[in-house]
Amino acid sequence: MPMPYYVSPEQMMQDKAEYAKKGIAKGRSIIAMEYVNGILLAAENPSASLHKISEIYDNIAFAGAGKYSEFENLRKAGIRHADLKGFMYSREDVTARSLANGYSQSLGTIFSQELKPLEVEILVVQVGSNGHLNEMYRISFDGSIIDERHYAVIGGKSDAVQAAMKEKLPAQLPDLKSALNLCIAALEQTGNQKLSLESLEVAVLDRTRDSRKFRRFTPVETKQLLS
Amino acid sequence: MKLPFLPNHDDPSFFDFLTSQHRDLTPAGRAAAAPAFSTADPSRVAGAVTVPQATTVLGLKYQDGVVIAGDRRATEGFQIAERRIEKVFKIDDYSAMAIAGAAGPCIEMAKLFQTELEHYEKLEGVQLSCEGKANKLGQMVKANLPMVFQGLVVLPLYVGYDLKRSEGRIFKYDLAGGRYEESDYHAIGSGGKDARNTMREHFRKGMAEQDALTLALLALYNAADDDVGTGGPDFIRGIYPTAKIVNAIGITDVSEPQIRAIYDRMMATSRSKER
Repeated sequence: MPMPYYVSPEQMMQDKAEYAKKGIAKGRSIIAMEYVNGILLAAENPSASLHKISEIYDNIAFAGAGKYSEFENLRKAGIRHADLKGFMYSREDVTARSLANGYSQSLGTIFSQELKPLEVEILVVQVGSNGHLNEMYRISFDGSIIDERHYAVIGGKSDAVQAAMKEKLPAQLPDLKSALNLCIAALEQTGNQKLSLESLEVAVLDRTRDSRKFRRFTPVETKQLLS
Repeated sequence: MKLPFLPNHDDPSFFDFLTSQHRDLTPAGRAAAAPAFSTADPSRVAGAVTVPQATTVLGLKYQDGVVIAGDRRATEGFQIAERRIEKVFKIDDYSAMAIAGAAGPCIEMAKLFQTELEHYEKLEGVQLSCEGKANKLGQMVKANLPMVFQGLVVLPLYVGYDLKRSEGRIFKYDLAGGRYEESDYHAIGSGGKDARNTMREHFRKGMAEQDALTLALLALYNAADDDVGTGGPDFIRGIYPTAKIVNAIGITDVSEPQIRAIYDRMMATSRSKER
């Protein structure tokens, strides 16, 4: 009979965290950034149909980095949560804060109880209107939740992208074009290569739109925007 | 609050999600929870409860799409329960539905159907086809059948613009969830027959938008003329039927001044006939 062996909780958590971090760092980065009319989300994504950025509700968007199947499940759960809440109460009662809390709880529980942690890092952003501020929540694989201002970066070499963003960030909120240029520059700088428009996933939460604020840009529209 | 993290539930339908996870929020779930009316006991048969009933709504094809319109009255027996109720709902960018039956459950079905289509679109990344939307609504009407036995009838009329076929389409339903496509026009509700009669007289294929809108409003006017449950234009309070237009551009509300102008013209013509 094999001897039951002992692993200290610290060691176990550290191993899990390392495993998750490795998985997330393999992917590419996603940036969310505030601009004059809302929030811009930009990601390097070679696939045109497997999205990393998507709509959750009227003024809430989601971005996931890491393992596709895992953040896709989280995305679907979030949409279900939001639609259920909006149906039961009212559309304005669906908030990014409650959603981010839910994600944090789920990720935290899975990290501590399951053998394999989720290799994901996610962003939940909400565009504020009528004088309310934008909200951006970054949630890590272990359920830790960070409330970001101005911009947020997840996945890949997020530290390097974050540093590049910090360096370039203008004092005033930029317009959409310059915000997108800034995001592309930050992604290119850390990736050390030129990004084609086809491998760029761009979406916005635009507070000037009616009811559903989320809008996805096709490569053609992105090109028009940048020209 | 913990997320409903359900990797096992992989259905893009919000309605099925409610049915399997939150049954109390669906019509069928509520029917099961309500005390059963026994059909053997006539005093407890459906109709013992009076709820506001919504009435005449219609859909009409024209050259670019469909016009959908409805009156504004809800009745409770011989009383008017509501003068300004809205019976025509935008469902998504390319479809609308109008309802006849018990007002509360009708409005709820419209809300559920809106959520259903938006939910599907967000999960799958594409919209359902026009046919798919119509079928889904049929399933929801069918699921409402237990409520029908309790006197809470919900009957929708669905119109949509089919982007693949580039044409407007009209679907009607029966209480058992049967779905039938109409080729030109249809009206349902207590004044539905009167509205259909008017449309039968004046309908032509490929009408211009303004003509179709005028015919739809005339049909509602005639229905209100003959049916107590249907409200006509109320010139004193300034309440007019509502209408929406669904075509390739999407769905647009017809503004109240526009509807009012059409009725003013119509009334002027009929007054000149009186003299």
